[in-house]
Amino acid sequence: MSHVSGDLVRRYANGDKGIPADQVWALEAHMETCASCRQLLASHADGIAPLLDTVWAGLTPAEVPAKRRRLSTWITPAGFPWIGMTILIAAIAMLLDALTVLDTSFVLLVAPVAPMLGVALAWNKNADPMYELVAGSPRAGLELVLRRTVGVLVVMIPALFLAGLPGRVSPALWLLPSLAFTVGALVLGLLIGVTRASVVLAGVWLLVVAGPSLAEQNVPAVLHPASLPYWALIIVGCVAVLGLRADSFSRLLR
Amino acid sequence: MSAAETAPTTYASEIRAVGLRVRAGRRMAVNELDLSLGIGVHGILGPNGAGKTTLIRCLATVLRPSGGSVELLGRKPGGTDLRPIRREIGYLPQQFGFYSRFTVREFVEYMAWLKEMPKAEIPEAVQRAIDRADLTSRADDKLKTLSGGMVRRAGIAQALVNNPRILLLDEPTVGLDPAQRMQFRELLRSLSSDTCVVVSTHLVEDVANACTDVVLMREGRLVFQGTPETLAAAGSESEAGDSPLERGYSALLGRAS
Repeated sequence: MSHVSGDLVRRYANGDKGIPADQVWALEAHMETCASCRQLLASHADGIAPLLDTVWAGLTPAEVPAKRRRLSTWITPAGFPWIGMTILIAAIAMLLDALTVLDTSFVLLVAPVAPMLGVALAWNKNADPMYELVAGSPRAGLELVLRRTVGVLVVMIPALFLAGLPGRVSPALWLLPSLAFTVGALVLGLLIGVTRASVVLAGVWLLVVAGPSLAEQNVPAVLHPASLPYWALIIVGCVAVLGLRADSFSRLLR
Repeated sequence: MSAAETAPTTYASEIRAVGLRVRAGRRMAVNELDLSLGIGVHGILGPNGAGKTTLIRCLATVLRPSGGSVELLGRKPGGTDLRPIRREIGYLPQQFGFYSRFTVREFVEYMAWLKEMPKAEIPEAVQRAIDRADLTSRADDKLKTLSGGMVRRAGIAQALVNNPRILLLDEPTVGLDPAQRMQFRELLRSLSSDTCVVVSTHLVEDVANACTDVVLMREGRLVFQGTPETLAAAGSESEAGDSPLERGYSALLGRAS
C-alpha cells in the first residue's frame, strides 16, 4: 500500500484550499484505514488541539456528586411557608371550636377558603421569585398550575379533615365548596392574577357568608347539603373556562 | 445525535419579526419593528426605555405580541402549544429571583426539569452548564451565599442547560467584574458559530468585543442593524463619545430623533 506524502499531509492539515478534490478524497479514504498516516496527520494538528479538547470535554461524562436532595416538583419550592400558614389557620379554627360554644363551627367556615389561599401561591408573581423563569419554560401552563394545586390540596384537605374531627364537621359539607373556590380563584386569576383573585374571593366569603353566620349563630345556607349541586355546577363551569383559556398561564399574568 | 439535529433548516433566519408591536402596560414598547436575526451574537443596544426588555420578553414567548408577527426557527409561537419552541430557547430575564434554599446545582436542575429535559440527561447537562458558566467550584453552595455576579452566572448556566438554539440574555453583564466580563464574552464567542444569541445591553463596549451584529433601538423602533464596524463608521469626530462605537451610537440616535 502506498502512503500519503508528508508534504500533502502537511498541506491538508493546514487547510490548504489548493489540493484538488480527488486528491483530498483519496487522502481521506486512505486515512480511514491507515494508522501510520493518521499519526503523521496528528503530528501536524497542533492548531486544532484546542478544538479537540473542547470536543473531548463535551464527551467526557461530567462528575456528578452522589448525594443529592430530591427536588419537589409538586409543591412550589416557595410554597412551604404558605402551606404551613394555612394549616395554622385550620388549627386555630379547631381551637376556637373547642373553646367556644357556638352552633356554627369555625372549621366549617374556614375550610372552603383555606385550600384556595394555599393555591394562591401556585402561580404567584410576587411570592414566587422565579416567576418569570418559570413562566418562560416549556412546562409552564395550566398543567404546572394544576400540578402545584394538587400538591397543595393533598396536604390541605387531610389537615382540614383532622381539624374538623373534634367538632364533628363533615368533610362532605366543605369539600365541594373548597374545590369550587380553588378553581374559581384560578379562573378569576386569569383576569386579575391568582393571588389577588384569592384575596378577593376570601374577602367576599368572610364578609358575605362567614361574618353574618357567626353573628346569627347558624350554619350558612350555602353550606347546607341542599346547595352542594350548585357548588358542583360552579366547579364544572370553572374547569371548562380553564380548559378554554389554558394557554394564558404560559404567558406573564398581571 | 438524532435525525432532528442534523436535518437541514427550512427557514432563512432563526428570528424574524415583521411589523411587531408589543405592549408593556399601557405603553406600546415595541412599535412596528422589522427584524431578522440569524446564527451569531446580536447585541441589542439602545437607551433606557427603548423597548429592549419588552422585545426580549416577546421573543421568549412570555409576552404576546399585540400586532405584527414573530417567527422563531421558522414557526409562529402563537396558538396553545408553546412547548416545542420553548424547548429550543434559553432565556435569562433582566431580573430573576431564586428560592433561598436552592444550591446552584438545584437551581439549574429545577430549571432543567421545567424545560422538560429527559430525566437521565439532566445531571450531566446541569454539570456542563455550570462548568460553562464557570461556577464549578461553587456548584453546591446555596445561591444566597453568592455575590451578585455569581448569581448572574447561575442565571446564564440556567439559560444554557438545554443547549438552546435561540439564547436570549437580558442585560447579562450587569454585576460582572471586568475579568468575568471577558470570560462571558469568550463564552459568547464560543456560542456564536451555531446559536442565535440575542444580548440586550446598554454598554457599547460589550457589543464591540463580542457581537457579530448590532441592533440599535429607540422608542420601540429599529434605528440601525449592521456590524460593529459599520456602527463605528457612522460616527464622525464631532459626535459625543469616547470611542468610534460610541460616536456612531450617538450619531445614529441623534439622526433618528
